[in-house]
Formats: sequence, C-alpha cells, structure tokens
Amino acid sequence: MANAVVRGLLAVAGLAWALGAQPAAAGENFVAPGSKAAGLTSCVEPTDFMRRNHMEVIKHQRHTVVHKGIRDSKHTLAGCIACHVAPGPDQKPVSVYAEGQFCQRCHAYTAVDVNCFGCHATVPTPPAAGTAAAGDLGAGLVQVPDHGVTAGGERP
Amino acid sequence: MTQEHDKVDGGRRSFIGAAAGLTAATVAPGLILHTVEAAPRSEAVTDKVRWGMLIDTAKCADGCSACVDACDKENGLDLQVKPHGASEAMWDRQRAVWIRKVQVQDNLTGRVTNLPMLCQHCERPPCVDVCPTGASFKRADGIVMVDRHTCIGCRYCMMACPYKARSFIHQVVEEKLTATPRGKGCVESCNLCVQRRDNGETSTACADACAAAGHHAILFGDLKDPNGALSKALASAASRQVREDLNLNTGVRYSSL
Ligand code: HEC
Ligand code: HEC
Ligand code: HEC
Repeated sequence: MANAVVRGLLAVAGLAWALGAQPAAAGENFVAPGSKAAGLTSCVEPTDFMRRNHMEVIKHQRHTVVHKGIRDSKHTLAGCIACHVAPGPDQKPVSVYAEGQFCQRCHAYTAVDVNCFGCHATVPTPPAAGTAAAGDLGAGLVQVPDHGVTAGGERP
Repeated sequence: MTQEHDKVDGGRRSFIGAAAGLTAATVAPGLILHTVEAAPRSEAVTDKVRWGMLIDTAKCADGCSACVDACDKENGLDLQVKPHGASEAMWDRQRAVWIRKVQVQDNLTGRVTNLPMLCQHCERPPCVDVCPTGASFKRADGIVMVDRHTCIGCRYCMMACPYKARSFIHQVVEEKLTATPRGKGCVESCNLCVQRRDNGETSTACADACAAAGHHAILFGDLKDPNGALSKALASAASRQVREDLNLNTGVRYSSL
C-alpha cells in the first residue's frame, strides 16, 4: 500500500517534471513571443489538429502548389513562416529553425529532423508586410536574403 | 488524405464553365474579358493554355544581359557565392544559370546572331523521359520543371537536354528567397516564372527586363490562345525551333535565326 503511494507520487512528480520541460503543459505552447501568431488565438486549422497533422498538411500543400499551381491556400509553408517567425533583439526576424525558435524548439523536443530549410527561407524574404518583423524595415523593401539555417538545421 | 483532396468536383467545374460562358456572351460578341487583377490560382492548371515564347534574335542586342540579370534576381540566383577554393573557371562552369546569352555564327556568311538560350519547354521533353523519379515533369500548362521534393540529383536530365538548359546545385545555398526556394543536390532550370503564372501576372522577368531595356526581343504568351499576341506574332513572322530535327515541338521559338 505505502509502496503504491510512493510509486504514485513518483509517477506524478515525474510527469510534472516532463510536462514542465514542455511548454504545452501549463496552457502555454511553442508559439514564439513577438510573432504574429503570438497575437492570435488559433492556427490556420484548429491548433490541436495542426499540432498533430501539420506535416501532412504541408506535404499535401507542396504537391498542390508545385504540380497544380494552386496557391490561394492558407496552408503554405511560406505562410507558416510569415506568421510564426519572431523578431530578435535587433527587431530583425530570426530564423524559425534557429535554436529555440518555433519550428526548431518543438522538433528538437520531439527528435524530428527536417531538411526543408536547406531550400526554403526561414524568414520572409523579402519581408512580408504585416509580420511583426517587417515594421521597422518600412516601405520600399529590398530583397533581404535569408541567412538562416542550412540543411539539417545547422550552419556548416 | 492526398487522394481525397485531389478529387476535382466535376459538377462545380462545368457550372463555372457555363457561368463564364454566360458572362462572355453578355458583354459583347467578339470581346474577350481578361482578368486584370493578379490573384493566386484557386484551381488546378489545365492544358487549355500552353505557355511559350517568341524570341526575335534581330532585336537581341550584343553585350546586353538584361534578361539574364532579371532572371537571376527573380529566382535568387544572384545570391550564389563561389565556394571556397573553387577556381574561377570551375565556378563559371558550375554556377546555376537559367538563361545563357549565346552567339552563333554562320561560317559561310560570317553573320553573327545573339540569342538567349533557356529551357525550351518541349512538348516531348527528353528530360522528363529519362527522369527516374518523376521529379522532371511537364505541368498541364506546358511548363517543364523539376519538383525538387522528388529530385534525387542524378542529373540524367542534364545529360538528356539538347539545350544545356539545366543546372545542378553543388553546394549549400546560404541565401534564398521565400518565393523561390533552392538548395543543394537538386537540378533546376527556367520554369517560365511559375510563381508569376500562378499569381496571374502576364509576363516573365526576362521579357519585362528586355522590354524595359528597349529591345522587346522576348514575347511571352499563351501558344493556344488564337487571339493572343504570341499566336499572332508566330502566325505572321517566320520562326524556328532550335534543333527542330529532334522533333520536340518546343514552346520557345526564335525568329530572324
Ligand atoms: C531541394 C529544395 C527543396 C527542399 C529540400 C524542400 N523544398 Fe519545398 N519547395 C521547393 C521548391 C523549388 C518549391 C516551389 C516553389 C514555388 O514554385 O513557389 C517548393 C514548394 C513547396 C511548397 C509550396 C509553397 C509554399 O510555400 O507552401 C511547400 C508546402 C513545400 N515546398 C514544403 C516543403 C517541405 C515540408 C519540405 C521538407 C520536408 C520541403 N518543401 C523541402 C524546394 C524544396
Ligand atoms: C495566421 C497565423 C498563422 C499561420 C499562417 C500559421 N499558424 Fe500555426 N499557429 C498560429 C497560432 C496563433 C497558434 C497558437 C494557437 C493557440 O494558442 O491555440 C499556432 C499554433 C501552431 C502549432 C502548435 C504549437 C504548439 O505549441 O502546440 C503548430 C504545430 C503550428 N501552429 C504549425 C503551423 C504550420 C505548420 C503552419 C503552416 C501550414 C502554420 N502553423 C501557420 C498561427 C498561425
Ligand atoms: C508542437 C510541436 C511542433 C511544432 C511547433 C512544429 N512541429 Fe513539425 N513536427 C512535429 C512532430 C512531433 C513531427 C513528427 C511527426 C511524425 O514523425 O509523424 C513533426 C514533423 C514535421 C514534418 C515532417 C517531417 C518528415 O520528415 O516527415 C515537417 C515538414 C514539419 N514538422 C514542419 C514543421 C514546421 C515548418 C514547423 C513550424 C512552422 C513545425 N513543424 C513546428 C512537431 C512540431
């Protein structure tokens, strides 16, 4: 009996510790402070659905775009990045796949590795109007190349 | 999931078709409505259009690189950097180029012709024939391109292309644009500014730049639209396919060649 209680307590403590490491536990999430998403209440689909199925959503989207030319969707990878990218201390957008940033942080936690950003820009380039990061760059935007991560999430 | 989404609602299609017919009919006979507003596509591309070009080599100026520069800028190719330790000669051979300025000389007469050489968007593309993964494909609207999510970088297509139109990316791409992702290990080539096509714009970066430079050598348009500027130009002036002996029915044609 006493043993079971101890075991139960341990389990609870363990769970609390595990969840503490993952922001989703306390009603928080991985959404980066300062990003456009931080000011909104839902992802492009119900957040629970996106958390589980975003990979299917974007992989489907890439076929739709590349082969069929359909581009009016809210599921574009470019869109994910524009909404989820957050500004750094210098107000410039920080790569969504840099250490601790939205896509990278959860993928590091869940041991997922994607190579998408070997090709896809990890910040809006040129910056899109309306993102948290675009404000200080003003109108008359020039092409700002992405100096983000390379394939595998690391710089060589 | 993919299967379900891929299904086309035929009923809705034909309704839209009929509705469009109605509008056209009520406006005025012989008047064709063109959408002026550029908006992203919401329906799959069809083979009702075939994009193509007519390049008038007589107007292509010696020493001008407006089309090449515009293409580089549009597609982020100007962001390429020479890898450490690579020689200039090697970089010249290996850097990605989607348009090359070429000079051809008639050995008999000595006449020199300038022309931009790019993917010819063949109706029967050899690159597509040889691709082992289906990454090289021809979109319904005639654009020959690479799905880089499926490309394994084997470069068979580069060997098969009679126009030397394709490039392989040899090193990590540090700088890229959102609209035109590109990265190491894939083949790439002119896709007739596919992002512009799908957003309803009327021209390509190269054609715009050529016109802005005052040359108007590149005419871009729909080969299947009998009233379009391209079809009219093709009907009125003699034009050729490069390597017409290969019978590829290219979408890019040259005049004064
Ligand atoms: C070798 C380069 C390369 C890699 C790696 C790559 N892509 Fe792409 N991707 C492209 C290109 C090129 C396009 C076409 C862009 C266009 O026409 O707008 C594209 C388009 C897309 C699109 C449609 C455009 C958009 O913004 O929604 C999606 C979605 C997409 N890719 C998802 C992915 C995902 C997910 C991964 C990783 C699993 C990935 N890509 C990896 C090159 C790449
Ligand atoms: C218009 C803004 C916007 C766009 C575009 C967008 N998201 Fe979101 N996303 C949000 C917001 C807001 C939340 C948090 C919602 C909440 O707190 O419930 C979120 C949450 C998420 C989550 C869950 C995060 C967590 O910590 O549980 C994932 C995963 C996600 N988004 C992925 C994506 C992907 C992938 C795309 C591109 C297909 C995308 N988002 C596009 C706004 C956006
Ligand atoms: C809440 C956590 C979380 C966030 C935030 C998140 N992901 Fe994921 N992602 C996952 C998990 C977990 C998987 C692996 C699922 C699996 O293996 O079935 C995954 C898988 C993927 C895959 C498929 C990988 C493959 O090789 O099949 C892609 C692509 C992807 N994520 C893109 C993104 C992008 C882009 C963002 C940022 C906009 C993002 N993810 C944010 C948890 C997350």
